[in-house]
Amino acid sequence: MIRAFANPHRFMALSRWLAPACLGVGALLMVWSVWQGLWVVPQDDYQGGDIMRAMFVHVPSAWLAMASYMGLAATSLIWFVWRHELADMAAKSIAPLGAAYTAMCLATGSIWGKPTWGTWWLWDDARMMSVLVMFFLFLGYMALRAAMETRQKAARAGAILAMVGAVNVPLIKFSVDIWSSIHQDASVLRLDGPAMPPVYLTPLLIGGLAHMIFFAGLTMMLMRAEVWGRRGDVLIARKLSGS
Amino acid sequence: MTAQSPLRAAFRQALGEAWAGGAGVLLPIGFFAGAAMLVPFTVGSESSQLSSIGTGILWVALALASLVSMERVFQADLEDGVLELWAQEETPLFLVAAAKIIAHWLVSGLPLVLLTPPIGIALQVDPGALVPAMLAYGLGGLAFFLWGGVAGALAASVARGGLLISLLALPLFVPTAIFGALATIEGPGGPSLLFLGATTLFALSIAPFAASAALRLAVD
Repeated sequence: MIRAFANPHRFMALSRWLAPACLGVGALLMVWSVWQGLWVVPQDDYQGGDIMRAMFVHVPSAWLAMASYMGLAATSLIWFVWRHELADMAAKSIAPLGAAYTAMCLATGSIWGKPTWGTWWLWDDARMMSVLVMFFLFLGYMALRAAMETRQKAARAGAILAMVGAVNVPLIKFSVDIWSSIHQDASVLRLDGPAMPPVYLTPLLIGGLAHMIFFAGLTMMLMRAEVWGRRGDVLIARKLSGS
Repeated sequence: MTAQSPLRAAFRQALGEAWAGGAGVLLPIGFFAGAAMLVPFTVGSESSQLSSIGTGILWVALALASLVSMERVFQADLEDGVLELWAQEETPLFLVAAAKIIAHWLVSGLPLVLLTPPIGIALQVDPGALVPAMLAYGLGGLAFFLWGGVAGALAASVARGGLLISLLALPLFVPTAIFGALATIEGPGGPSLLFLGATTLFALSIAPFAASAALRLAVD
């Protein structure tokens, strides 16, 4: 299956319409979920009144931050094992998007935390620490790629770092979990079903889906730009050698 | 095979570098002591405050000092071509990488551990707790050097990669720093020392392979 997706021509033909479609559908769903969150759902005094409406951006961005690191590790592994160039392009494209979503998760979390917990930032909260460490992993990945001389070296070094980071993430998560935490427990993904009333849950899940689709569209757009960039390099090289 | 196996050569060379130009062994010590010395000036000199944060300051200073000379560890081998020879030897490259990192820890990491009691006493930490804490500083320092070695190998072909190494390695220090700080507070009987040892073993089982993959990339 990976082979079928690894063909750049097929990817370009597919993403030509799929990328804008994802961006459009994702944006529409995102607008709906934010509209629901800001104006329709009743406020929840237990979570700090109106400020809990930040959830409809905060929670999807947290999901996407985690998913993008997993995506970075998976595409890096695929590239490292099979050397499919598209996997490397995907990893390169995911990194800045993942960093942006991680930053968004931290920012909205701080804005939510200030009125409810009375503080912008808590060092002894496990989840905040994990996300912060992940943010630095993304930054390190991008800095390493940027520092490498050639595209091939950037791909290899990035893949090694992403995989080393990925095996460390569970350990980091476990070690910061040892600390006491005031962050509320998971309330959507639980074995005994979600602990959230459906009036909140539906817009939240649609919001998560929206960000996921939007993220896929953005990744494909960046990958398309990368393919075009490489084609441009080839054209320049041909022209220089021909003249 | 040559008279000297690459493992021994790498080990001896890393030990020798400690005394070569640039005062390799003194640099981390100076940095370690200097960083710890700045703390009372910034947080205040009250004994009670210093004694409660003293062991943590030593952890931060140790983590930072472990990265000071990491830039040169593999870069020098890449520049003089010896890395290329090692990559072609029968001895697996991950063993060479491990030998190099451990030798580097012996000359630049272990002296810092030996230095923790005097600096700790100066920071008003209970002297009785400092000698058992040396085991934790030793274990944690080894993990810092292993992850730093991976970052150093990745940045071997990068000119002026010192800051890049810090950015790559510091997030990987988090578990060791957490369990290390807990272990020095709990003392040798607590579970955190075992967790700290586990993070070091984890680093020992992964870092040499990652470092050797990165060194192959630097050689190509």
